[in-house]
Parts: sequence; structure tokens; C-alpha cells
Amino acid sequence: MTVSLTLAHVSAHYGSTQVLEDLSLDVGEGELVSLLGASGCGKTTTLRLVAGFLRPTAGTISLGARNITGVAAHARNIGLVFQTYALFPHLSVLDNVAFGLRQRGMGTAERHGKAHEMIERVGLTGLADRYPSNLSGGQRQRVALARALVIEPPLLMFDEPLSNLDAKLRVDMRVEIRRMQRAAGTTALYVTHDQEEAFSISDRVAIMHRGRIMQLDAPEVLYSRPANAFVADFVGFGNMIPLEVAGEDDTRVIARMAGGATLSLPKADFSVPGRNFVLAARPEGLGVSQGGAGIPATLGLRTYLGRAYQYRCTTDVGEVIANGPLSDPLEPGSNVTLVPQPDQCCLLPAETA
Amino acid sequence: MKTRIHPALIAFSVFTFVFLIGPLIIIIGTAVSDTTFLTFPPQGFSMRWFANIFEVSAFPRTMVTSFTLAVLATTLSLMVGVPAAYALARFRIELPKFLANVFVLPILVPEIVLGFSLLKSVATGVGASIWTSLLIGHALLVLPYCVRVVGASLNSFDFSVEEAAVSLGCPRWKAFFVVVLPNIRAGVIAAFILAFITSINDVSVSIFLTGPGISTLPIQLLAHMEQFFDPTIAAVSVLLMGVTVAVMTVVEWTLGLTFLTK
Ligand SMILES: Nc1ncnc2c1ncn2[C@@H]1O[C@H](COP(=O)(O)OP(=O)(O)O)[C@@H](O)[C@H]1O
Ligand SMILES: [Mg+2]
Repeated sequence: MTVSLTLAHVSAHYGSTQVLEDLSLDVGEGELVSLLGASGCGKTTTLRLVAGFLRPTAGTISLGARNITGVAAHARNIGLVFQTYALFPHLSVLDNVAFGLRQRGMGTAERHGKAHEMIERVGLTGLADRYPSNLSGGQRQRVALARALVIEPPLLMFDEPLSNLDAKLRVDMRVEIRRMQRAAGTTALYVTHDQEEAFSISDRVAIMHRGRIMQLDAPEVLYSRPANAFVADFVGFGNMIPLEVAGEDDTRVIARMAGGATLSLPKADFSVPGRNFVLAARPEGLGVSQGGAGIPATLGLRTYLGRAYQYRCTTDVGEVIANGPLSDPLEPGSNVTLVPQPDQCCLLPAETA
Repeated sequence: MKTRIHPALIAFSVFTFVFLIGPLIIIIGTAVSDTTFLTFPPQGFSMRWFANIFEVSAFPRTMVTSFTLAVLATTLSLMVGVPAAYALARFRIELPKFLANVFVLPILVPEIVLGFSLLKSVATGVGASIWTSLLIGHALLVLPYCVRVVGASLNSFDFSVEEAAVSLGCPRWKAFFVVVLPNIRAGVIAAFILAFITSINDVSVSIFLTGPGISTLPIQLLAHMEQFFDPTIAAVSVLLMGVTVAVMTVVEWTLGLTFLTK
């Protein structure tokens, strides 16, 4: 069974401090949506609301057509995987995995059969009699996964499940989590503060900031077409250059920046969102060129990145970071122009900046 | 390289042992002395003072009283203390800070004050029976140990484990018994032992609350000493030591003693 999850206009408070503000979110059937954001932005709080450990102060939470806002946590039938694994230390792997089945009143033989099957599926064959203290971090995470999956929940939730593992294992485990979630067809809500992790395993990602969702979209969309300055900055558009439309013809828009310099933006590459707008550019999206049309800049400190040289440049709109080719290292103090590359830049309405 | 231990540290350790073990050896010596007064080194060897314990009827009687009282008071105290410690650890952020200290008050108030105030309030004030007063007094006396020791093991308990159980379909109240309690077992047993020993040894609170016909072992020891000053007291002490060692041995076999210091 698979079912969608909907949060509608949900607010949450701890005492008198508001942690979530009018948050709406939907996860489609069988979809994996990640909540991505810095520590303290309210990701765990969102999971706790859905799990039923915390009551929203406004809004509703539904699984499919069923409103679960007031349903007790133990009656929600949601699989949870915790950052700390949260295995039962006094129970063997087998009993950990069988715990949820036991709560459902399943007989011993059937329960153990199912648990063994699940232990095999997560790759822990032969470890059923171990205790959690005798398992490695990766093995514990697998037990936690098996324990959540065996109850066949319509919704799975993960709270930074990989943050206590080392880098290599993290990549392996996230692929495996994705594979098992796909195979089971379970709807999933996944929390992480790691952008690569979120982008790599999710159908869609919600970028959160201070208790609000700034943008909810497919990773590709977030990466190339951020909706606002916060998301743009988050996905690596480090430079924000405010511009104003100064004129246009059939093929191009002429934009003026503070200090008077003008940029010519081909309409085929850029769609200007309003009279005042912001050019958001990744460092590799500003080509360093000697002469020609672009943003006038003076090169400052040069650092070596391996794939390119990076320059801190002084411009009329403040410090801008741009990458230049390895073939042609330039000296600090050189006067250059920075030329926006359409595929590494985007234009944002000024009011979101 | 061999680690060198400073001679002063060795001397200090030896002194500590002498002062800890010394009195115990003296008491054992005194208990087997074949004299009618307390003396060390023992003169002669006799077990008659051990036999005498059971001839003075007040000793067996107060032993039973003390033992029953300690078991009941400790149980009562744990029934209050475990939920209190749980609430204090679970809702540490939400609860006002002073609350944690309220449960430690009995340890900060001099015992003699505690005993006297209980006499005023419970015994003469409300008119509770001697037994009830003793039970309440001892339960209060040992409550801080229960709350603190159980609290210590709860502080290292990851409450997401409890939430994991709830998410798997286990109601909250049940999760406490099937998940929380088994994981703080050592702390509860340690609290029980500490509280039990505190109750068995108590003089200051009991002296105010005991009365006609009902006394505890330590109070009886004091009364006996005032009248007779014979080695029976030493014999009772040795007996108590024996019981303590036996209990600790059993604990060591089953749980390991390290949990007491954890
Ligand atoms: N039990 C609590 N009491 C008070 N404030 C809390 C509590 N838990 C979390 N917070 C606060 O709520 C905010 C969001 O926390 P959380 O949802 O845990 O963030 P995240 O999981 O994104 O790191 C943080 O500012 C945090 O300090
Ligand atoms: Mg969190």
C-alpha cells in the first residue's frame, strides 16, 4: 500500500517560540522528498509533527485522504529511521526487527520468519542473534532500516540517517536506501543537511530556511532555476549583481548596473523577470576576459582550485568571485571584464533578493 | 617503560586501607572476645555473643522491623522516584530548573531536622501510627538516592529509542515498561541497594519516629549499648557486615559491581 502525505498550513511552536510557519508540503505516492537546510531550520520538527510526537499549533497533516493531525503517534503506522539509529540496546537484532510485528500481535513463528527475511534483505544474514552494541555503525543503520521496513508502513521517514557514518559508507547506504524505497514503492520523507545527498536520492527537494520552505522542486530545477536569492545562494550562485533594464531591441536586453556599466543580455539565453532584477552567477559563470563587453573588474587574490584559477574581483557592485582558465593565469591588479555565461547564471526578480 | 608510582601515593593508599579495613577487623576481634565488656585485642575465643543476639528478643524483633521497613520504604520511594527521575530527564528543557533540586532536598536538610519535622507533622500532627510515620520518614530519606541514581542512568538513555518503539506501534505507557525500564535496570537496582543500606543504617530519622513497642535495629543497638556495653553489639555488627558482603557478592556475580559507579 502506498499513499501520499500532505501538510497544509502547518505551524509549530516550542513554548512561545515559533519553529515552523505556515508550512505546506506534499509528497506523492511512492515519491521520495527531502527536506534540506541548515541545522536548526526545522527539519526534525517537521518529521516529529508527521510522526505524532509533536502537535501542530495550526494546520492539518493527512496520509492519503485520512486526516491524522489528532491521531496518537503509535497508531500512525509510519516507519522511522533515526540519526542515532535508536535501536533497542537490550534486544537482539532479530527482536529489534520483530518489535513492530510483535506490537501488531503477530505470532512468534510468523514474526521471526518475516524478521529473518528482512534481515537478509538488508544484507545482515547471520547477525540475527547479535546485540546492537556488537555491530558497526553501518550495520546498525541497516537494522534500523529493516526494523522500519518490516512493518510495511505506507510512509517512511528518515532523519539524517547517514550523518554518523563515514563518507564512503554514506554514499553506499544512500544508494541502498533509495533502492529499497523504490522496490517497496513506499512514500518517503527524508531529512538531511547534505546537498549532494539530498539531490542524489530525491525525486524532489524542499529547501528550508527558518521554518519555511523556500522552494520545492526537482533537483535539476533547483540547481539551474532557483526561484529566489536564498535558494540561488544555497545551490552555489555565489554572486548577486543587481541590474536595471536600460533598453531593449528584438534580440537583446540592455541592463545597467550600479556604477553605470551596461551588460547586453541575449533574449535567447536570458529571460528578464522585471525592470529591476538580479543576475545570480556561479564563479564559473563569470568568464574572465581581457577587454570586450561585460562587468568591469579589477582582479584581486588568486587561488588555485585544480580545475581552474579563482579570483576575488573588485567591481562597482562589491566583491565578485570568478573563475579563469588554467592556461592563462592573470596577475592581481589586472583590469578585466567578466562575461556572464548563460548556463551558469540565472536572473531573479529583485524583490526576492 | 615501567610506570613509576609516587611513594606518597602508595603511602596514602595504605593509610586509606588501614583506616577503612582496620575498624572492621577490630569489630570482628571484639565480637569473638570471651569477656563481658568490649575489648580489643580479644581475650579468649567465644561465639556466645553471637548466640546472645537471639536471646535478647529485641534484636531479632528489630532486625525484622528494620528489614521490612527498608524493603517497603525503598519500594515506595522507587515507585515515586523512578517516574520523577523519568520526567526530569525526559522533559529537562520544559520543566522548571528548581524541580530537580526539590527531590534532592532531603539529602541537604540535616537528617535530624528531617526526623524532627516529620515527628511534628506526620506523627503528632496528623496522628499517623508509628509504622506509617517510619515508612514515610524512610521513604523520604532515601528518595534523593532513588531520583539521583535512576536519573544518572536515564541521562545516558537516548529517548529516541522510546520514540522508535512508539513509532512501531507501542503505546507510550507500554514503551516505558518494555523499552525504558529494561535499559535502566542497573540504575534501579543500584538505587535499591543504596536506598536499602541507607534505610537499614538510619538513626537520626528513626530516633524521632520509633515509639513504644516498635524500634529499628540501630536504635536497639544504641539502647543496648547504653545498658550493657557487652560484645553483643560487635556481634550484631559482624552479622550485618556478613549480610552486606553476601548481598554484594550476589550482585557482583549477577550484574558486576561496576554498575554502582556508573
Ligand atoms: N525541545 C525543544 N524545545 C525548544 N526548542 C527546540 C526544541 N527542539 C528544537 N528546538 C528549536 O527548534 C528549531 C528547529 O529545530 P529542529 O527541527 O531540530 O531543526 P533541524 O532538525 O533542522 O536541525 C531550532 O531552533 C531548535 O533550537
Ligand atoms: Mg535535526
